[in-house]
Order: sequence, then C-alpha cells, then structure tokens
Amino acid sequence: MNRTHPRRGASRSWIGLVVALAAHGAAASNGRDVRADDPVPPDVLAAERSRIEAIERATKAAVCVFGPDGKGGGSGVVISPDGYALTNFHVVQPCGHAMTCGMADGRVYNAVLVGVDPTGDVGLIQLLGRTDFPVAEWADSDTVRVGDWCFAVGNPFLLATDLQPTVSYGIVSGVHRYQYPAGTLLEYADCIQTDAAINPGNSGGPLFNSDGHLIGINGRGSFEKRGRVNVGVGYAITTNQIRMFLGQLRSGRIVDHATLGATVGSDDRGRVIVSNILASSDAFRRGLRYGDEILSFGGRRITTVNGFKNALGIYPRGWRVPIAFQRGGERFDTVVRLAGVHAPDELFDSVQRPIAPERPKPEPKPGRDGDKKEPAPGEPRPGPPDAPDHPAPETPPGHPGGAVRKVPDEVAARFEARRGYANHFYNRMNRDRVWNQFVAHGSFAALTGDWAIRGDAAGSKVEIEWTEGAVFGRFPDGPSRIDTTAELGAQLQPIGSGGLLVALHLWRRMLQLGPGKFGEVHYWGEAPLPGRAELCDVLVATHDVIECHFYFEPVSGRMVAMEMIPDSESDACAIQFDDYQSVDGREVPRLLRILYGDLVFAEIQVAELVFAPQSDKTESDKADGNQGGQPKAGGAPATGNADSPERESR
Amino acid sequence: MMRAAKSPGVSSTRGIVLAVASTLIPFAPGCVRPAFAAPSDSSFATVIATVQPKVVKVYGAGGVRGLEAYQSGLVISAEGHVLTVWSYVLDADAVTVVLNDGRRYEATLVGADPRSEIAVLKVDAADLPFFDTRRASPLDAGARVLAFSNLFGVATGDEAASVLHGHVAARTPLHARRGAYQSAYQGDVFVLDAMTNNPGAAGGVLTDRDGRLAGILGKELRNAQTNTWLNYAIPIAEIQTSIDDILAGRAPSSGPRKESSKPEHPVTLERLGITLVPDVLPKTPPFIDSIRTGSPAAAAGLRPDDLVLFIQDRMAPSCQTVADELSFIDRIDEVRMTVQRDQELIDVVMKVE
Repeated sequence: MNRTHPRRGASRSWIGLVVALAAHGAAASNGRDVRADDPVPPDVLAAERSRIEAIERATKAAVCVFGPDGKGGGSGVVISPDGYALTNFHVVQPCGHAMTCGMADGRVYNAVLVGVDPTGDVGLIQLLGRTDFPVAEWADSDTVRVGDWCFAVGNPFLLATDLQPTVSYGIVSGVHRYQYPAGTLLEYADCIQTDAAINPGNSGGPLFNSDGHLIGINGRGSFEKRGRVNVGVGYAITTNQIRMFLGQLRSGRIVDHATLGATVGSDDRGRVIVSNILASSDAFRRGLRYGDEILSFGGRRITTVNGFKNALGIYPRGWRVPIAFQRGGERFDTVVRLAGVHAPDELFDSVQRPIAPERPKPEPKPGRDGDKKEPAPGEPRPGPPDAPDHPAPETPPGHPGGAVRKVPDEVAARFEARRGYANHFYNRMNRDRVWNQFVAHGSFAALTGDWAIRGDAAGSKVEIEWTEGAVFGRFPDGPSRIDTTAELGAQLQPIGSGGLLVALHLWRRMLQLGPGKFGEVHYWGEAPLPGRAELCDVLVATHDVIECHFYFEPVSGRMVAMEMIPDSESDACAIQFDDYQSVDGREVPRLLRILYGDLVFAEIQVAELVFAPQSDKTESDKADGNQGGQPKAGGAPATGNADSPERESR
Repeated sequence: MMRAAKSPGVSSTRGIVLAVASTLIPFAPGCVRPAFAAPSDSSFATVIATVQPKVVKVYGAGGVRGLEAYQSGLVISAEGHVLTVWSYVLDADAVTVVLNDGRRYEATLVGADPRSEIAVLKVDAADLPFFDTRRASPLDAGARVLAFSNLFGVATGDEAASVLHGHVAARTPLHARRGAYQSAYQGDVFVLDAMTNNPGAAGGVLTDRDGRLAGILGKELRNAQTNTWLNYAIPIAEIQTSIDDILAGRAPSSGPRKESSKPEHPVTLERLGITLVPDVLPKTPPFIDSIRTGSPAAAAGLRPDDLVLFIQDRMAPSCQTVADELSFIDRIDEVRMTVQRDQELIDVVMKVE
C-alpha cells in the first residue's frame, strides 16, 4: 500500500487497512487475495442469472432494420404482438416506406412505415407476417436514476449478419438531459444519458433497465473530434415521452412537437422568466405575460431553461398542459393548449418531397407502386442531412440487408402516400376504427329531420332546435339563432359561448354524415382531456375553415367531448358529453357541459331529446351547401319507429 | 491575493466531524455491503447522490476553434475551495463556478501549479459539502471506479454532472516526454477503461465505487503516434503537495499587490532584452516576439515564441501583467521566469545588474 502512497507514512496506511477489514469483513476483496478455487458467493451467481435472463428476454424483441435496397439501417424494438416497432426517424427516413427487419429468432420480416416524429427522432413501423411477435415490456422512465445499470441492444456497425443483436452494458450517466437541435429538426429533450456503448447502427434500438424493461430508444451520441464511434456518451429518448406520442404515431401522420408560444430565459437570480410571448398564443389568452416567472409545467417544477425545454419537449402539438406561473408574488395556475413547433409545410417539406413532383420522372415504376408518389426505394429523399452526431453505419458487403428488393405486396397493401402523412393507410384505418366503435352504440345517419334538445341549466329553461338551414337556442340570457347556410365563423352565437350553436350544428352534421361525408376528417391520435385520466382518440374534422376536434373514450368508444375552433387565434367552444343513456337503441348524452376559455358557459341537464328521421322539405346536408350525396337512411341500423319523430322524456 | 493558508477540510471543525462520521458509517448495522455487490443493486445511485453535490461546473475562456469554454471541478473545502485543472478556460476575466444545486459564483484564482496542471479556485460560499483530499482512496489496477464530470457541457444550472463507470486498467507513469502525449504532468496516472476524458471533463472527479475521492480527471490527451485518446485520472496523492502549496500561498498566484511595495528601480522588459508581441487585446497572451542579442534573456536561453507563464512564481497571463509583475522586482534581485515552449515548461533565472 505504501507504494501507492509515496508521501504517506506507513501508520496511516495501516489505519486504512484496519478500517477496510472491519467494514467489509474477511471476504473483502481488498482484505485478502481472492483465489481461483474460492466458491462464488450465491448473490453473485443470482445476479449473474438475473442479468442473463433479462438480456435473453429483452433481446427477443430487438429488431435490426435495413432499407429495402440495403442502404442505411439501424435498430428497433417491437412493442406489440401485431408487430408495431419503435425506431428512430433518422433510421427510417432513408428507407422510404418499406424496410426489411431481422429479429433474434433468425427470421426476416417485411415492415412498413406507420408514423414519424421528425423532431423527437422517433419512427413507428409495423413488422408484418405474425400476430405473436415477442414484445418489450415498458418501464416508467421517470423512475430511472443516475447509476442504474442498463443495457443497449441493437445492430452497431450493422454487425448482425446472423441477425443476432449486440448487447452493450453500462450505467445511466444522466437523466432529464436536453440536447439542442443539431442543425436539423431533431431535438432530444428530457433524454437518458448512458455510458453503454452506442455506436452507429445502434440508432433506434432499445435501452433496457437491468430488469430488461424498456426505458428508452437510443438515438444520439456525442460524437465530436474523435470520429463516429462511441465516446461513452449516448442519449436515449424516454419511453414516457414516446408514450405521449404513440397514439399520434399510430395515426400515420408526420407529427409535430409543441411550443408554448413564448420564449423563456433565466434572470440574474436563476429564475426562468418569459422573455417573449406571442399575443396570438393560447398561453397569452390564458394570462401568461412577458416577465412572468414559470414555476411548473406539466406538473414538473421548473428551475432552469433546460428544465423547461425538457418539460415542454415531451408533448405533442395541440395537447393541453397545466402550467403555473408567478407575477408580483401571486401564483396563477391554468391549462394551455400548445402550438406546433413547425409550420405544417415546413415540417412536411423537410420530411417528404412534394406529392406532385415538379419535374417528370425518367420512367414510371411498373406494378402496384407505379402510381405511388413516394420516392422509390433507395431514391434519396430531400430533407436535413444526417446530423453528424447521429449514427449512420455503412452496410458491410454480403449483408442480408444488402440485396436490392422490390417492395413486397404485403407492404404495398398497407401503404398510401399523402402529403402530411408518413402513411395515410394507418390514418384511414384508425379513423374507421374510432367511428365504427362509436356508431356501434347507435347510428344517427337516418335522422335527417329536425332535432331538439330541451332541458335546464342552473334552474333556467334551455332549448335548442335544429331546423332546415338554422339552429335556434333559447337560453336564460335570451334567444339566439344562426343561419347554417351563411358563414359560420361570423355567427359565434350565443355571446359568451364561443359559438355553441355552430358547435352543435357541426356535432349534428358529424353524427348524421360520419367522417366519410362530413368533409375533411382525419384521425389525429390521442390527446388528454382535462378531468380524465386516460387519453382519448381524437378525430379532427374541418368544415369550411372551422376545425372540430371530437374526443372518443377509447374503451367504450363514446364521444365524450368536442371542441369547435373557429380559427387558430380564438378559444374553442368545448362541449363535454356526459351521462350517456340508451334511448331507442342509441346512446345519447343527458348532460352537456359547455366551456369557453376559462369559463363554464352552461351545464345543460337534458330532459327531452327529439330526433326527427326526415324533415318535410329536404335533408340537412343540402342546407349545408355542397354535399353531393344524400345520407341513406336505409344504410343505418334501423330503429323500431324510424318513421315517426322519436320523443323521449325523462 | 494571498489567502490565509488553510488546509481544506481538516482545519475546520465541521470538516473533522464529517470525516469521522463517514469513517464510522460502515460499522452501522445494515450498512455493511457484501464484498461482491450484486450488479443489479442500485447502490451506485445512492453513492452517486452523495458525490454529485461536491462536483462543480467551471466556465471561462474559450468557445472558439474547438476549445470548449467549460471544464469541471470539485469542492475541496467547506469554505468554497474548488480544485480543477490549470487550462486556458481559467484565463478569463471572470471564471464562473456553478454548484450542483445551481448556485453560481464568480471565482477567484487562489493559485495554480503548471507542473501538475492543477489550479485552485475560491468561491464565496460556506458550509459546502466537500472532498477531503487527504482522505483520497488509493486504487490499484482492477478497482471499479466512477467518473463525474460535465463532459460536453451537457449539464447546466442545477443539472447534475454526468457519471461514467469503469475500472482502473493500470497505475503507471505518463510518459509525457517521449513524444506520445503532450502534457506537462509527468507523474503517475490511473489509466481507465471508460471513456472519461471527453471535452469539458478535465477537472472532474474519479471516485472508487463507494464514492471516495481517488483522482482528478486530466485534460484530453491524444497519442500522437497512434491517434488514440487516453482516458486517465491523476491520483490525488500525486498532487497533494501542489494543493498544499497553493493553499499555503507557496504556489504561483496572482492578484493585486500594494503599489507601495514597488522598488524605486524596477526591472523592465527592455532591460531584460525581451520584446513581447504587440499588446492589442484586453489580455494579450505574453508571447515573446524577439530577444536582444547579448541581453540577460538571451543569456538565460529564452527564445522568440516562448510564452511567459510565471514571474517570481506569480502568474502573468497577459502582456500587461508581465510588465506589472516586473515593476515589483528590484533591479538588484534575480528574476525567475517560467515559460512554455511547445508543451515543455522551462524555468530561467535572469539578473539585470
């Protein structure tokens, strides 16, 4: 020991030795030599066993991703038995919509692109051909602590010629890390930092905790002057962030991250202060102002600018998130709707080429893909150059991913190109899923006549009537009326409601016509609704310039709320539908809660509902203008008294 | 500025209490770890939580041409002494130290030892958790270690430093002068099997697996022959004397001095035969532009392009300070000067009269 302590006296070293012996007992490794024939302590063997088991379990769900022509490639992880798998956006970006995936079982599967989050660098793909894929179990990534053991599984340097993934073990080096965009859209917020080796090809692969549960998707390393190899600093996107985006990714859309509509900085006391705010932002409408101190966001205490960027960076565009801020010693708590980080065109242009190519293609592709507007496999897509700190390995010669392949039929059958979508097929599929689940509780398609709701709000009588070309309302403050053949955005009646009658008009329109005939309707993904624990499926329907968001409870399929947004700079008129009861084979809401901005406009207890199947004069959609087809009453589930007005009293 | 030389830690009552407590903890029932800790246990997390409050982020000069304007450091006294590496980052008007809890301080330079490449800063704080350098853990090859640093400047404000794990691969002298590594430090180092020495990591902490201080992460070193980077830490025992000297005021330091102590006939650059590069910046690095033939400087072997570091063991980081420091030396006294020539430090003694 003195050898390592040239300047210390022997007595001091002895004290150290005695302390070490007393503390660690005779078995301490620094107390005596460990001999080869010593029995291995049982807890070491147990730890070894549990590590082997965790790795065996976890690697089964790992995926090696290759482009259809063998260019590019990376890693991924399967998260559902029907083959949905997570990877990085920057892995799927060069692949187009089709890729080839290998798994540890030694088999190769075709996969199709589902959705992308270019800002968060996440891509969702679906492996095809099985309904019993091995899946990774998820962990709550907020419980990850610095120092926890973890391991990365993937395909570094595309080594997996036998499709067996590579495992690298390490510890968590940091949590809640913020990594600035690297000259591209990509921004890593709230990520996990690890010293497990993350090399080119590991991108998109899973990071597991020591139990073999998924905590993140590896995607980025700090590669600077030392070349494109691991330097002990890798970053993984957390599973908790991905959880927020998963419903959005399943929508097949090119999804966006969120901005508050305000910038923040830290002042000389280290407080996080609003340094600029857009007057058109929801945050401004909710009362946030220049100079306010941000206290918490999304339930997280905010102490640094990075901390705020972390808290914000995990949310999708359009979500409503609680915020607390302080001004002059007074604390304010509210919920803000987040705007998109990018203008839609900016986002789409960076990800996909224009659907209609401006210059003619040399020759059309034959076969099923001939009319697809997506770039051909291997054809480079325009967009951000691969960031220098993102691993992009070379394909070794003779690699299974190296052969040029035609897009397989099973992939082509699950792909539809459309601007704004990574794959519109999945949007249509989910839109239909949500709507079919809703109409299973009763269809309103045949009820094209006059409608009426009578009830009371806080003891006063309320009446709403839908007739040919108009909606009337009788409210405690007086009557109001809108002409549904005129511009709806100019008739946000009654005053103080944000346009309740317009919202109710569009509600009936949606119930009658469904997403196929309402106008432009797409599945938006999942979003939270204040007061509800679970996320709701959301359909976004656009009529003229008015956007409606319809919220569906995922298990029951009920429509639980709608928001009518006349323009991006106005508050929505929101209606919450509650207390559903079955009436003549249809579930109808008996409680309507109308909210506008921070206020509850009314809470209507419905006493009577009238749905006339057919008006005397004409069908409602003619009144609305340009719908071509008449809703077919016969196509709807028949009700017993479809020929007479349905009347029901409480 | 010469501070009263207090040995950090042991001189304060609080320091002693803390040190004794930490020695006693292993005896408490339930605290005895098995010698072979199960790899899946999360005791690292607990250990790391006790180390992080003693790790700081240091911000100063740099930010151009791939030179990061940040490095790492460790608190070595309850009163705010911070040990870090001596580098260009400290060559700034204002060096900022950010504690683990986010508190920011403008630091003063207590002193530096260019030979061991360490410096001690002081921030105006009290009751800080600190490492007692005199209780550093001696490590042999094979010991499991944790490395704490603000590599790549990942953490800001109250965000914790990054932690990497690894082992001591060897304890060995750094063969600095054989052309492999350009380093002024030539003592023993812990060679590590983890990627510890990244940009900004210098000045970080190496601990054993129980969180006991073992070394300070060194500056980035690239092997000129193999083009590989060395991951290493300097054992605390190797630099304890330097730390003591700096804290005792025996090491090169800087700071204002009383004008009244100036001699009537001071040394000047002209009399030494030295012309520095034109003083065009607020802090122009004092490179020697030319040496007058037959001058004291020429006799001492100084050459153009030498960088003046120290005069009479006081730091002279700019052309202006070189002139100032000389003005405190009487012509009848010796002038001791340390210059840097390439990566080598050269001491010379000159006499004007």
